[in-house]
Amino acid sequence: MSGQGGTSLGLTAPAGLNAEGIAEDIRRERRNLRLLASPALGLVLVLIIGPMLWLFYLSFYNEHGQFTFEHYARMFDEGAYFTIFWTTFEVSAIVTLFCALLGYPLAYLLAQMPARWANIVMLGVLVPFWTALLVRTYAWLVLLQRRGLVNDTLVSWGIIDQPLALVHNLTGTLIGMTHVMIPFLVLPLYATMKTIDPNLLRASGSLGASPTRAFWSVYYPLSAPGLYAGMILVFIFCLGFYVTPAVLGGGRVIMIAQRIDNSVSLYPSWGAASALGVVLLLITIVLMVVGLWISKLARR
Amino acid sequence: MSKQGLSVTVTGINKKFGSHVALDNVNIFIKPGEFISLLGPSGSGKTTLLMILAGFARPDSGSVKFGETEMIRMPPHKRNIGMMFQNYALFPHMTVGENVAYPLKLRRTPKAEIVQRVTAALDLVKLAQYGDRRVDQLSGGQRQRVALARAVVFQPQVLLMDEPLSALDKNLREQMQIEIRQLHEKLGMTTITVTHDQREALTMSDRVAVIDHGKLMQFGTPVELYERPANRFVAGFIGESTFIEHEGRTLVVRPERLQVEKPGQLNGGDWIKFAGRVQSVIFQGDSLLSTVLLSDKAGGQGVALQLRQTVSRTAAGNGSLNIDTEVEIGLHRGDAIFLDESKQ
Repeated sequence: MSGQGGTSLGLTAPAGLNAEGIAEDIRRERRNLRLLASPALGLVLVLIIGPMLWLFYLSFYNEHGQFTFEHYARMFDEGAYFTIFWTTFEVSAIVTLFCALLGYPLAYLLAQMPARWANIVMLGVLVPFWTALLVRTYAWLVLLQRRGLVNDTLVSWGIIDQPLALVHNLTGTLIGMTHVMIPFLVLPLYATMKTIDPNLLRASGSLGASPTRAFWSVYYPLSAPGLYAGMILVFIFCLGFYVTPAVLGGGRVIMIAQRIDNSVSLYPSWGAASALGVVLLLITIVLMVVGLWISKLARR
Repeated sequence: MSKQGLSVTVTGINKKFGSHVALDNVNIFIKPGEFISLLGPSGSGKTTLLMILAGFARPDSGSVKFGETEMIRMPPHKRNIGMMFQNYALFPHMTVGENVAYPLKLRRTPKAEIVQRVTAALDLVKLAQYGDRRVDQLSGGQRQRVALARAVVFQPQVLLMDEPLSALDKNLREQMQIEIRQLHEKLGMTTITVTHDQREALTMSDRVAVIDHGKLMQFGTPVELYERPANRFVAGFIGESTFIEHEGRTLVVRPERLQVEKPGQLNGGDWIKFAGRVQSVIFQGDSLLSTVLLSDKAGGQGVALQLRQTVSRTAAGNGSLNIDTEVEIGLHRGDAIFLDESKQ
């Protein structure tokens, strides 16, 4: 063997052998991919992007069809709007916090369990998730009302004398929303936790970390991306939440979605409703970008 | 760095998983600073024993002492052991330097000393320039070295390794065996490694504990295990061997100890002789591995005997065997290993 590489068999390949055909294959694969994606992209365009642009357009016109900034100006002039926005963000933040506090231990438990048990417990998380939102919301109404199961039980056990006001107020709204939102936090968090190598905790222990120390220095930082993803998801869903706060808040907790509904159904003002929607969307986008940026920083 | 290890005394360790006996009354005394291997096939209980030493598993009964201190009820983080895991278990959210600094931070070592010791440890494993790298930017061999640096940086007196080299390719593995051995000589901590690779165990260890079905089969130096195997399992597991019933005893025949000649030409010396026919000859680079089917009525009839001949250029041709020829095989009585089966 004289080490002549490819020519040692006495064969020589012409330059660019099969290059045409290979390039053609690549082009065809790309074309097929575009073709497959096009129905979904078309739907998004027609059903989401289109209406959003239409709403954006509507928000600049009054009921007489004249161009105006009045819908936006009103939001800054009237204190009521500020209150609504504030309530929306406050409720969303509290619900996100509750979901994180309740959901983290739950996801941790799921991730530590043997697979068979984890699947069963996971059903407990998913069955409510699959139940219709309205059904769950009314179920909470029944449970939490003045003469509901919760109050009756607490009174009969002698823990309280008078039934608590658990519904038609902020408390009811928070309980209901937290329940609805928990799966959105648990699912991404659980997925992240399952990727953490259990040997890392052992390694941490062998290097001298107590279980608490091992958790905070190894497990928590590695699970944090899943936690942030879940919290962002929950927070953003909460911002536009309509049914549960409307039913359980009993008119005392007005969030933006309800105000938009009022604008459309009580005083048919599409312009005002659209302007609220546009502002909510913009704030949401800004928060999401900031949230992703923070979670990326935290991961470094 | 530290120049001494602690003795490790394992007494009467029993462990069952349900009805399966994982460890059956295991007793091992490891001298301070010794390098030993727990060697056995998969499922033999060797890893379970290591996990018990580390504190990640509890035996049903028994005692583990480091020096004079009973460890059996001590949680892992208080045992002050260095541990290397099979998949290295490096923390992916920390840099190489942070990984190595981790055990020092836990021990509240002053900052300046941490910097100095991390540098020294990375230097020791030849990764001095890699402190700021992320773990996922390292190759398998480099990760292995980081894991080693992290396990020794806090100068533990006992170092445990769970199949430390199994994920590396052959060349790197052989290089690391020697490096780990040299590191051990430099640092002097008592080192216990788990492996299923007998060659690795023989290369690295002062003594090897052979374990099978949860029982300690033999604990001895590599030479003792090879030359005086305590039983058939050890003889078969360490090195290549063929068992032949000879003069009422079991003879362990190592392929490289055999002399082969044409029938009737085996002269001089005190030979144990066998006759047979060559079945196959395999060229393995540094040697030829031949299989001879014994026809000898005196012993081993029907046994396929493996024999190894070194290949040298000058001997090529006359040294190699031809398939289907009759040969005579001789084993020097001095090289013969007889098993004492009465002990089993």
